[in-house]
Amino acid sequence: MTISTNLVYFIALPLFSSGLLLLLGRKADKWGHIFATLVSASVFIIGVIEFFAMQGREGEARAATQKLFEWISVGSLQVDAGLLLDQLSICFVLLISGVGTLIHIYSIAYMSHDRDRRRFFAYLNLFIAAMLLLVLGDSYLNLYVGWEGVGLASYLLIGFWNEKPAYAAAAKKAFVANRVGDVGLSLAIMIAFTQFGTVTFAGVKEGASGASAGALTAIGAMLLLAAAGKSAQFPLQSWLGDAMAGPTPVSALIHAATMVTAGVYLITRSNFIFDASPTAQLMVVIVGAITLLFGALIGTAKDDIKKALAASTMSQIGYMILATGLGPVGYAFAIMHLITHGFFKAGMFLGAGSVMHGMNDEVNMRRYGALRKVMPITAATFGLGYLAILGVPPFAGFYSKDKIIETAFDSGGIQGILLGSITLLGAGITAFYMTRVMVLTFIGTKRWDEKAHPHESPFLMWAPMAALAVGSVASGFLLNSGSALVNWLQPVVNANQEYHSGHLLPPIVVSIMALTVVAIGVAIAVLKYRTVPVVAPENVLGITKAARKDLYQDSFNEAVFMRPGQKLTAGLVNTDYKVVDGLVRLVGWVVQISASNLRNIQNGYVRSYALIMVLGVIALIAAVWMVTL
Amino acid sequence: MDISNYIYLSAILFTIGAIGVVVRRNAIVVFMCIELMLNAANLAFVTFSRIHGNLAGQVTSFFTMVVAACEVVVGLAIIVAIYRSRRSASVDDANLLKR
Repeated sequence: MTISTNLVYFIALPLFSSGLLLLLGRKADKWGHIFATLVSASVFIIGVIEFFAMQGREGEARAATQKLFEWISVGSLQVDAGLLLDQLSICFVLLISGVGTLIHIYSIAYMSHDRDRRRFFAYLNLFIAAMLLLVLGDSYLNLYVGWEGVGLASYLLIGFWNEKPAYAAAAKKAFVANRVGDVGLSLAIMIAFTQFGTVTFAGVKEGASGASAGALTAIGAMLLLAAAGKSAQFPLQSWLGDAMAGPTPVSALIHAATMVTAGVYLITRSNFIFDASPTAQLMVVIVGAITLLFGALIGTAKDDIKKALAASTMSQIGYMILATGLGPVGYAFAIMHLITHGFFKAGMFLGAGSVMHGMNDEVNMRRYGALRKVMPITAATFGLGYLAILGVPPFAGFYSKDKIIETAFDSGGIQGILLGSITLLGAGITAFYMTRVMVLTFIGTKRWDEKAHPHESPFLMWAPMAALAVGSVASGFLLNSGSALVNWLQPVVNANQEYHSGHLLPPIVVSIMALTVVAIGVAIAVLKYRTVPVVAPENVLGITKAARKDLYQDSFNEAVFMRPGQKLTAGLVNTDYKVVDGLVRLVGWVVQISASNLRNIQNGYVRSYALIMVLGVIALIAAVWMVTL
Repeated sequence: MDISNYIYLSAILFTIGAIGVVVRRNAIVVFMCIELMLNAANLAFVTFSRIHGNLAGQVTSFFTMVVAACEVVVGLAIIVAIYRSRRSASVDDANLLKR
């Protein structure tokens, strides 16, 4: 039995704050950022209270629901606007509001010179509201509202400095790529409705056990498409790099810690569909495996610090997606990696923002170097995140990533060995590119502009970074000790059922292998980047050239989708102009020509009218006469 | 006398009236020609009434006369008004409505 409780505050508070700040306009400039931060913090506090309340309940009573109102009631489609707070949702609620609040605090300082800071905070709160709705909705349709809401917030925030055309284009690109994924989600909802007659999670779960394999695979594939769009997975990943056009706190919150992980949430939430369809699971695994290598390769060649981190995000979410395709235990590890990643990647993004703040918004890492001397706190917090993403024990990534590698090996047969090798290779490349970022930015010789005067960021900026660094250090250990998270998520994803069964390789062997690969990656990077030219060298390997261009994903999209699409629209516009409009214009033309000829009859001479009338009458009489004769 | 002669007379009068309307320019003359056509029609009504032996035609001719009287009042007023404003009673001069 689930209990009923009041959950609407989670969404209502930030939504209200966002609306208030947008409506009040400049009047709220003085206190808007503080208000928004307080709202975000209060949501976090409510989340913590709910979390402890859940701890106090046992078993199935832990999940809480709230029916808000009857939303759609059309024939057999009955959808209530309802909220569901269960073991899975609360992880996200705490992550979103916790990291969100830290990033609000950071943004107060980071955006202090921006005249539109209030609008920025309004959008941030809008994002918090939408993201919480996404994770708290109790049906696919409610989730969809939040899903679109975060897409909107992401669009608004990527294009926050939309006076620069490139930034506005990046926002548009993200929006369009996300729409492609959204088509998948809406199709999945429609298929679910036709198959099960309901779109609630509970209803679909019930229906999934008796559904045909084809329908489940179709739903799974469509959900995967949706996840690929939102989580920047292959083949829809191209938007994430450009999304770095947004202010850095946005990149940290939306494009690293929370929104881009919505795909992982979606697949985990739909575990009953994927568990019942091995084909869909296989697709998930393939997409995850491709993306984790894809992102990692792109990350090795990017000189823009934010784009390197974005590629890394893509790759890490690839790990999570891959894990969700590995069955019940994979979900729990995906969520664990998601949470630890939320800490260390957000922390590193904030570190990157701090560096940019001190370097006049320079993003080219070849212009950095030796910044640890002038930015010790940033370097330290970034370094902790770095150790976490590498998976060095006892930092957070060690627990979450090793579990995924382990589960990949355990998935059985050739597939298991293949996936395990890919995840290991990914870990190695991760170590290489993260070391590259670290060396280029904080170590080595200084390569700054004469005009740059790097300095440590103010307290409001380094405090959130420090808090996230603590998370990067401790979260993995805490979540893993006594399989805490796996047990916690057990009622939602049935994680326990296979975790304790046999392993292909003992965990310690996997850890040693992973650490060896990581060490190799680090060593190569350190050796390779002892000297760093300020201008990126041109005579590089083909793979580097390809990685610099995002492995030609943009060129591919442009050649395969954009150009033919443009041709198609141009052709359709032409057809519309020539055929449809032509027909309408022909009618007009005929009327015009006949009218201009007919009006000659209206010469204004009464006598000619009389003559015409007489002739007409004579003709009429003649006609009648002829007929009657 | 053959009663159909009245019909011929009516037709001749109507034709004269119609030709008058078409060829004459003076509004007064045109107007009188219209009266002639109306009266030709009246004659035909009365004749047919006689031929068929019922009174419907006779009654109709009264209606025609009433209409004609009204028409004269309005028509003459218009002609006078036009003459006052344009110093001409030619129907060809009053062609402002063309095109």
